[in-house]
Amino acid sequence: MANLALRNLTKAYGKTEVLHGINLDIQDGEFIVFVGPSGCGKSTTLRMIAGLEEITSGQIIIDERVVNNLEPKERDIAMVFQNYAIYPHMSVKKNIAFGLRSSRLSKPEKEARISEVAEILNMTSLLERKPSQLSGGQRQRVAIGRAMVRDPAVFLFDEPLSNLDAQLRTQMRLEIKKLHHRVGNTIVFVTHDQVEAMTMADRIVIMKDGHIQQIGTPADVYHRPANTFVAQFIGAPSMNMLPATLNGHQLQLASAKPIEIGLNADTRREVIVGVRPDDLILSSGEPLVAGKVTVREPLGPETLIYVETPGGEIIAKADGRTPPEVGEHVELGADLENLHIFDAKTGVVMS
Amino acid sequence: MTVLDIHPTTSAVLADPPVRRQRNMGQFLRWLLLFAGGIAMVMPIVYMISTSLKWPHEVYNINLVPDEPTLENYLYVLEDGRFYGWFWNSLLIATLTTVSNLFFDSLVGYTLCKFRFPGRQLVFIAILSTLMIPTEMLVIPWYLMSQSFGWLDSYWGIMFPGMMTAFGTFLMKQFFESVPDDFIEAARIDGLNEFQIWWTVAMPLVKPALAALAIFVFLGNWTAFLWPLVVTNSVEMYTIPVGLSGFGDEVDVAWELIMTGAAISTIPTLVVFLIFQRFIIRGVVMAGLKG
Ligand SMILES: Nc1ncnc2c1ncn2[C@@H]1O[C@H](COP(=O)(O)OP(=O)(O)OP(=O)(O)O)[C@@H](O)[C@H]1O
Ligand SMILES: [Mg+2]
Repeated sequence: MANLALRNLTKAYGKTEVLHGINLDIQDGEFIVFVGPSGCGKSTTLRMIAGLEEITSGQIIIDERVVNNLEPKERDIAMVFQNYAIYPHMSVKKNIAFGLRSSRLSKPEKEARISEVAEILNMTSLLERKPSQLSGGQRQRVAIGRAMVRDPAVFLFDEPLSNLDAQLRTQMRLEIKKLHHRVGNTIVFVTHDQVEAMTMADRIVIMKDGHIQQIGTPADVYHRPANTFVAQFIGAPSMNMLPATLNGHQLQLASAKPIEIGLNADTRREVIVGVRPDDLILSSGEPLVAGKVTVREPLGPETLIYVETPGGEIIAKADGRTPPEVGEHVELGADLENLHIFDAKTGVVMS
Repeated sequence: MTVLDIHPTTSAVLADPPVRRQRNMGQFLRWLLLFAGGIAMVMPIVYMISTSLKWPHEVYNINLVPDEPTLENYLYVLEDGRFYGWFWNSLLIATLTTVSNLFFDSLVGYTLCKFRFPGRQLVFIAILSTLMIPTEMLVIPWYLMSQSFGWLDSYWGIMFPGMMTAFGTFLMKQFFESVPDDFIEAARIDGLNEFQIWWTVAMPLVKPALAALAIFVFLGNWTAFLWPLVVTNSVEMYTIPVGLSGFGDEVDVAWELIMTGAAISTIPTLVVFLIFQRFIIRGVVMAGLKG
């Protein structure tokens, strides 16, 4: 059916380049999520795929066909916008039917398609309503419905959930994922919420300042971040970053005993040791870091503790029932395999 | 009362009558001003109707209620065949001009608002700057133009200067700003061409503006006097205002007949207003966006 490839894609507004060569291969039926901080170029990339934004250089290929110069309607894509963009002057049914305007289906076929989509989205009883009579979540479903009726090669979503409240967002997240399992079209989904990215994606594309930082499955980017940016962007609370030096196999953290690791540096190097709050263990054995608890944040099953250490403040997770007191001195250790060592200068992971 | 004890702000207001009195005073002044304004607006209409019910000898009396009210004037105007022709001319001209303005003003306004092209700003400023030229100054060039094109004393001659207006273009451009680009892009993805997008997506979203523009343009043309007077020669081509001004003879102006014609001619403007005002409902645009 539909695979999508981006080759050396760049975008410049006037003289300022905002995308600097994006390369990406998306397989048929894959659910790809673009994630990154505001202004990193996610929407721009998506809009270029849709044909709403001109391509400065590079190629976009849908199904072995270079679509650079095709109109949006000729690209066989559908897009769902952050603001839904469903037409307020048309009923739900008309809105959904709008997606079929340019299709060659016969009238009964169109009708059948619309009711099928309404069924999938659980909206059959709402078809005659106007958008103003719908809740936020229902409006978003109409927008998805309008995209779905066309059965496009690629679905594009630009932050479709960010206007919904937290609970609804979680619910819609699940619904979109189920929908994907059911219809199986290729999806490119943009969000700045890393939880959305982790929970929905087959593969995540992490972007920053117009560059791709890493492409990988949620497990990949979580467990094997390619650089400090990805390491800190993915996962909440964020990964702790501790300055250290690596000399041969000796890893020296501020005010702790050197530890022997598998990595080897020929000469003494400045590195950054990343360790997730979840991977820190309250221990009295071989501590990695030690310090005083300054703040506790009880979350129920666990408690976040903020610990003042010589290398800076770090966050750890402690048991929810018997967390250390504020002011208490704690020692924190971690399994060596859970340490991420990054080059201090480039931020790139060392392996 | 305990309520006053826990709500110090409330008790402060209640314990301070001058503040309240001042507020009432302000309310009263505002009301008075509006009332005076309302009277000033209504008086001419009241006098128009009152005069239309008077006999000629009473016209110059300032009294509001005629001594001997009469419908004679109405009968005269309606029996005088010319009035129907003028009415028809006015109706035709005002209607066609309104339709033309709704179409062209919004088309140009939309283009200026939603498309980026070199010289866009320049075009917009050029259109706006024509707003500063008064009709009186334009009448002579229009006349010369009509003359050389052979449009004098024709419908087209009366209509052409107003078929599109800078004001309408400006109004529509401003209103299209409120139509989110997402709607337009969504329609583009759905496969509509730019004209279809304008017509099926953008236009329905600015209905209130279209209604307002329709009322403006219709009234403006219905009451237009100077240009129709200049461009028409034959009585059959007159519009209502031009025709009415000719009631009477060289010495006497027949005010009671003019007022009668004016009173009759307000009826279509009321109809237009009643038709279009129901479209002036706010908030249509926002309903399709985030809740
Ligand atoms: N029309 C434009 N003209 C100039 N610069 C633009 C334009 N549109 C976007 N940009 C710039 O391009 C960069 C990428 O923007 P983009 O909208 O793709 O970011 P994003 O990743 O979607 O961010 P967000 O999460 O805030 O939506 C930004 O720095 C932005 O300022
Ligand atoms: Mg964006």
